[in-house]
Amino acid sequence: MNTPALAAPVTAQGFKSDYKPIWCPGCGDYSVLSSFTKAFAKLGLRPENVAVVSGIGCSSRIPAYTTCYGFHGVHGRSLAAAAGLKLARPDLTVVVASGDGDGYSIGGNHFLHACRRNVDLTYVVMDNHVYGMTKGQPSPTTEPDWDSKLSPGGTGLRTFNPLVIALAAGANFVARAFAGDPNGTAELIAEAIRTPGFSFVEILSPCVTFRPEQREWKQMVRPASVKSTDDAARAARRIMTDDGMNIGVLYKGERMPYQPPIGKGRKRPSDLETEFAL
Amino acid sequence: MSTKKSTKKSTKKSVKKSLKKSVKKSAKQSSRKNTAKAAAAAKRKAVKPVARPKRAAAPVASNAEFMAHAYAMETEAAERYAEFADSMEMHNNLEVAELFRKLSRIEQLHADQILEQMGWRQSPISVANVRWEGTEGPETADPTELHYLMQPYHALQIALVNEKRARDFFAHLAKVTRDAGVRKGAREMEEDEAEHVRLIEAWLKRTPKPDANWKTDQDPPVLSD
Ligand SMILES: Cc1ncc(C[n+]2csc(CCOP(=O)(O)OP(=O)(O)O)c2C)c(N)n1
Ligand code: SF4
Ligand SMILES: [Mg+2]
Repeated sequence: MNTPALAAPVTAQGFKSDYKPIWCPGCGDYSVLSSFTKAFAKLGLRPENVAVVSGIGCSSRIPAYTTCYGFHGVHGRSLAAAAGLKLARPDLTVVVASGDGDGYSIGGNHFLHACRRNVDLTYVVMDNHVYGMTKGQPSPTTEPDWDSKLSPGGTGLRTFNPLVIALAAGANFVARAFAGDPNGTAELIAEAIRTPGFSFVEILSPCVTFRPEQREWKQMVRPASVKSTDDAARAARRIMTDDGMNIGVLYKGERMPYQPPIGKGRKRPSDLETEFAL
Repeated sequence: MSTKKSTKKSTKKSVKKSLKKSVKKSAKQSSRKNTAKAAAAAKRKAVKPVARPKRAAAPVASNAEFMAHAYAMETEAAERYAEFADSMEMHNNLEVAELFRKLSRIEQLHADQILEQMGWRQSPISVANVRWEGTEGPETADPTELHYLMQPYHALQIALVNEKRARDFFAHLAKVTRDAGVRKGAREMEEDEAEHVRLIEAWLKRTPKPDANWKTDQDPPVLSD
């Protein structure tokens, strides 16, 4: 009997493409890229079984730097594209990469409904509290008193709390990570992928160019002192009262992932292909 | 046994040799000159590698486990320097890119030396699964210390901090371990790292110090400044 040879496991390095990142030296996103590749290797995935989908921003450049399938989409619309892909190809592991501008400003509405819908996706937001790519405008997570040439005196606006919003909207897994801890972040991403449903991982990823003070984050972050909970109300209370520097899984629920209703007269997303056939 | 020893010696020699060669070469290298006005100097302070809090050694039960951790530490350091080299190359700071590439090769040599010494084809513990008590290994450079206009002197300062951290890590481990094999291995590694510290210090002495305006860019990427 001929047993087919087992393909050798793909190492983290094997998930890195030949394209060299063009991020600023010292940008937190370098480490996030290495956490992605380590998480994929840890889970024994193969590049041809993973799709990395993104919007626009420095953080959204990640798909090009991996050997997985990639889709560098439209600003703020990564979740819509990713949900469509996952429903059409449930066999793929779909990971979405975004930034605080991409995910919470222009893509804010998609974020709410992706949490609510609970499609089996992992949503990773590299939060640097600024629009890095467009040279330093304040984002929804920018502190109200952040004074800059583009926001003299600060915006005066209260910040968006993405983790609580994700919980309230129905995300099934909520975690906070720090780019300066690439191995810890890889573990969190791996756990997010393993958990069925919509998993949200917010990564504090310093923008050394427009927010150089974020270099101090490495002195400020700490592992969350309490274990993750499956009680959304308790998790929300904890998140609302912490200082935003607690790292770890903060909530893990058991909601069933969204499955498109497939019955008589209903079409599978893949059936739609025939309608577009020339 | 004797083969192991002699391979260790020869690889050790090659690590030393490559460091020494780099020390000589850097004396000839010129520093990047920034001629622009001091007034426009960047707001941030000069790149000063921040010494991160000391990490207690993870409890390792045997010499093999110790060497696997040492291997992970060297590999992680090599990968980080390679990442720095790519980043500097992308920003056309080729002199610093070359230096980081060299540092990466040196760390990789040290990692390979551990495999040879242990007679391993690969480490029994996957590097990705090693967790440190802090966020990263004790020899892994901090990415937030980089600047696209940095000079070889700054890169060497970063390397010096990391070699010192590695030396102190092994010294601490040798002190706290109850296992004689681990103690012996940790002492040897401590000596290696101490030698690297001396060589980098010598290298630094021969490297031109950047002038006060090294961060001045006539065409800055930060338009809002
Ligand atoms: C429809 C549209 N509107 C605006 C832009 C301009 N734009 C590009 S990236 C970006 C913000 C990116 O910020 P963030 O998602 O935080 O990413 P970062 O660069 O900080 O990683 C904006 C507003 C765009 N590309 N497309
Ligand atoms: S602008 Fe900020 S977020 Fe963008 S690459 Fe540079 S450091 Fe990273
Ligand atoms: Mg941003």
